[in-house]
Amino acid sequence: MYDGGKIITGLVIGLGLLLFPFFYNAGKAAKAPDPELTPKAQEAKVCVMDKAYMQSSHMTLLDDWRHTVVRDGERYFKAKSGTVYYKSLQVTCLDCHSNKTKFCDQCHDYMGVAPYCWDCHLEPEEKK
Amino acid sequence: MKGIDRREFLKIGGMAAIAGLGGKAAFEILAPGKLEAAQQIPLTKGKHWAMVVDTTKMDDALMDVCIEACHKEHNVPNLGNPKEEIKWIWKETYEHAFPGQEHEYIGERFHGMNFLLMCNHCTNPPCVRVCPTQSTWKREDGVVMMDMHRCIGCRFCMAACPYGARSFNWGDPQRVRTDEKLMPMNPGFPRNKDYPTRSKGVVEKCNFCAERLAKGDQPACVEAAAKVRKGALVFGDLADPHSEVRKVLKENYTIRRKPELGTGPNLFFIV
Ligand code: SF4
Ligand code: SF4
Repeated sequence: MYDGGKIITGLVIGLGLLLFPFFYNAGKAAKAPDPELTPKAQEAKVCVMDKAYMQSSHMTLLDDWRHTVVRDGERYFKAKSGTVYYKSLQVTCLDCHSNKTKFCDQCHDYMGVAPYCWDCHLEPEEKK
Repeated sequence: MKGIDRREFLKIGGMAAIAGLGGKAAFEILAPGKLEAAQQIPLTKGKHWAMVVDTTKMDDALMDVCIEACHKEHNVPNLGNPKEEIKWIWKETYEHAFPGQEHEYIGERFHGMNFLLMCNHCTNPPCVRVCPTQSTWKREDGVVMMDMHRCIGCRFCMAACPYGARSFNWGDPQRVRTDEKLMPMNPGFPRNKDYPTRSKGVVEKCNFCAERLAKGDQPACVEAAAKVRKGALVFGDLADPHSEVRKVLKENYTIRRKPELGTGPNLFFIV
């Protein structure tokens, strides 16, 4: 074995560099999201689909909505309960979930996703 | 090609060739309309939206009312610079609106007169044909729509539209909320909280108020004009012989912009 010491030192430094971000961020890990419902959303009790689906797949639903609204001109959504909703992120979703920072952003920040929906779709004005 | 076997197909194709008809005609014998569909020039079935501008009832003040109503409804920003201008509906002189139809001795009334212009929602829209992502397309009811989610900002449609009906967002329209120079020109922007803005790098234009049509409302410009003067703008279904647009078209002489190009504008002007 030649230069075993150097190799091991190199490996340790390399591994250290690789893991640096983990150590660097240790202790200040992002707080687990704790989305807050607005009184209006609490009162409504139901969303357009059940809670589990909305938590895991609201983006799929929104993608489907934007497609069917814009491309097919189908602007209404009939929920299982029979309630008919106007398919609109801005008008319908954000009407209930009007606390974007406490509801949407918490999870989006935690997951490190930055949906570009907000480039165009207006966020509700929040009272600070 | 359901119901026709290969032999039959060749027979019809051959006959068409003998009759001196091109591939298109042969195709039409097989399935009328299918060729158009394949070429992304959807046929306008049933409903066929159109607008008539009665220039005898229009004046500059009323045009401003219409422009204001549209631009408010759709959060169209005022960027104060013709090079960056976003316009869905605008004013233009006769010579600019109807080039080739002007002459030296044109009626006195037209001197310096403005015309209210917007996207013509052409029956055969060149903008649709050139769009590589199909973010602009023609709906069955004749509305030439834009899908902002799909627009990649290549601006082929702007080059293809012979009417200058499309505008490009060089920057984020929402900058008018924070840019000190632009803020005073855009008080309260975005003025319609129920309609989105656009983003940097997309093309936009008049959408015949598709969002209002879906609710059974008239376009914003038509509604605003009607409050000032009845009949200055008439919007309706060209496919319905009893519609108001058909009635005014029957009773008046109308012109369209650059009809010689064959785009089939659905914006008519009573002169
Ligand atoms: S006026 Fe221009 S943008 Fe409108 S449909 Fe015709 S070609 Fe397209
Ligand atoms: S039809 Fe609607 S989008 Fe088109 S110019 Fe009139 S108000 Fe604007």
